[in-house]
Amino acid sequence: MTELAPGQALPELKVTPDKYLTYRYAGASGDFNPIHIDEEFAQSVGLPGRILHGLWMMAQVARAVGAAGDGPQALRSLSIQFRGMGFPEQELAISATVKDVADGVATVEAEAFQDGRRIIRKGQAKLDVG
Amino acid sequence: MAAKTDAVGKTYPAVSYAVGREKVREFAAAVGEDRDLHFDPEAARAAGYPDVVAPPMFAVVYSGPALTPALFDPEVGVDFSRMVHGGQEFVWGPPVVAGDEIVTEVEVKDVSERGGLAFFVFESRSTNQDGETVCTGTWTNIVR
Repeated sequence: MTELAPGQALPELKVTPDKYLTYRYAGASGDFNPIHIDEEFAQSVGLPGRILHGLWMMAQVARAVGAAGDGPQALRSLSIQFRGMGFPEQELAISATVKDVADGVATVEAEAFQDGRRIIRKGQAKLDVG
Repeated sequence: MAAKTDAVGKTYPAVSYAVGREKVREFAAAVGEDRDLHFDPEAARAAGYPDVVAPPMFAVVYSGPALTPALFDPEVGVDFSRMVHGGQEFVWGPPVVAGDEIVTEVEVKDVSERGGLAFFVFESRSTNQDGETVCTGTWTNIVR
């Protein structure tokens, strides 16, 4: 397991959702809101096009933070605020920094950016670090 | 807009969800969680789990359906055409594995207005077959 110290940056996670990701995630999650899977519908409600599921983006934050823990149980909590829309075929970058470590639990702060836009802010996670 | 606060405290019928091995694999693949524990029952057993382990964000799958009646409840009054997902919190308990039966209950936690926006906060509490709370979710939806 990685030793974590306050102020330490976790490895940045960069992921580019492919053109069909929103269809796979819709099926996997059960969220078939047409803003995620129907280009025409998305445009009809004023969006530039299909947008990523917010909870898929949150799952990337969970993955970025969870990777620093020992197994899938290490992530104890995660809260985030959505600030913008994410789009398929654009790289999403997750940055995370250890705020403090106490009693075997690291508090980690995280944000997600796409094309220079901050899409997720105020990410805060608790991670068991032994 | 005047957000109605009457529904605060309202709860909805519990929704149960049977966790299947292939659903765990499908979800893990869709979000890019690549640990063997999510795909390979032998790897999961070797690590002390009875079957493949759901990634944390699988909470969306087992607790999401319980949210639907609350979101569509006219007493709550969410205007879907103007709704955006504002924030989300999950607090996890014991791991969820294939074969688990998860029951989720949802409560309208808060309705408020700030700066011309209406905030609807729902809480989901998901419990496994042993009565353990596996996840508490706080879902914040904003209506413009």
